[in-house]
Amino acid sequence: MLDSPNDPHPIGIDALKQKLAAIRNQQPQIEPGMITEVVRAVLTTISDDLTAKESSLLREVEELGQMIANTKSEIAALRVDDITDHDIPFATDELDAIVEHTAHATDAILESCEMLDEVSATVSGDAAAKLQAATTKIYEACSFQDITGQRITKVVNTLKTIEGKVAHIVSTFGATAAGARDAADHVATDADLLNGPQLPAHAMDQSDIDKLLADF
Amino acid sequence: MAIDKSMNVLIVDDYKTMLRIIRNLLKQIEFNNVEEASDGADALSKLRGGNFGLVISDWNMAPMTGLQLLQEVRADNRLKSTPFIMITAESKTENVIAAKAAGVSNYIVKPFNAETLKDKIEKVLGHA
Repeated sequence: MLDSPNDPHPIGIDALKQKLAAIRNQQPQIEPGMITEVVRAVLTTISDDLTAKESSLLREVEELGQMIANTKSEIAALRVDDITDHDIPFATDELDAIVEHTAHATDAILESCEMLDEVSATVSGDAAAKLQAATTKIYEACSFQDITGQRITKVVNTLKTIEGKVAHIVSTFGATAAGARDAADHVATDADLLNGPQLPAHAMDQSDIDKLLADF
Repeated sequence: MAIDKSMNVLIVDDYKTMLRIIRNLLKQIEFNNVEEASDGADALSKLRGGNFGLVISDWNMAPMTGLQLLQEVRADNRLKSTPFIMITAESKTENVIAAKAAGVSNYIVKPFNAETLKDKIEKVLGHA
């Protein structure tokens, strides 16, 4: 492992020790202290050379290990599990509650509006026309509940995607079995056309739709 | 061409509130024979069992979408000529093209107003 084609010291440490031992046997008159000194000097030189070649890599590996350990500690300190266990479920529950409350409110408005419609049927002339115009506007405005409901559904789906990705990151740093969740995100189906309401800045209005249809 | 406002109209949406709104708007323009369905499959069953002169459907429903419902209607010999208006928040070009390719009679984007609804119904039934 320590020897390489470019190594200026092609002899391994064990082989060197053996050779030094052989020299000591052949030349017993030499002071052991001298041999020790020479061996120490040679080993130091070899050690210095090896460190120069490998220390950079070893340092990087060591730094990487330290970085992973630090990141794990930081993730643990952030309590990322809270995002999937608590925060996102809490947010989706809140959004569901918004949909439910607005639905109740809209139903109440519609009920009152229907009552006004009944009243308008019992009157005539200008009063009836004004009542109907007013109730028509209320009906039109109440469609907000459908639009906001669809927008909230999109937000909930986005939160669930984030939840999945966070869980994936946590499992990766926790060195558990690797997941392949992303693959499931790319199944092309009829659902690809379910884009939901567009933001006003990007949406086509009715006149755009009419023009597009007229092109066929 | 005079429009027969006594015809049966089927409105399809998975939002009860929207069904209620469309029903009331139709009532204001004197379409009183209105039946409701909460998704594509329910609508198809009602269409096959009844006699409807107009379908007004949302797109984004489960398990059968409005587009799938439209495709089923156009593939059914008895139902294929039934006027079909899509009312939806799906306003991307690809959606309109897909609906047109499937044989939609007209397309209304949400949020819509009563005047647009009336105008599209008259256009569709005027050509029916």
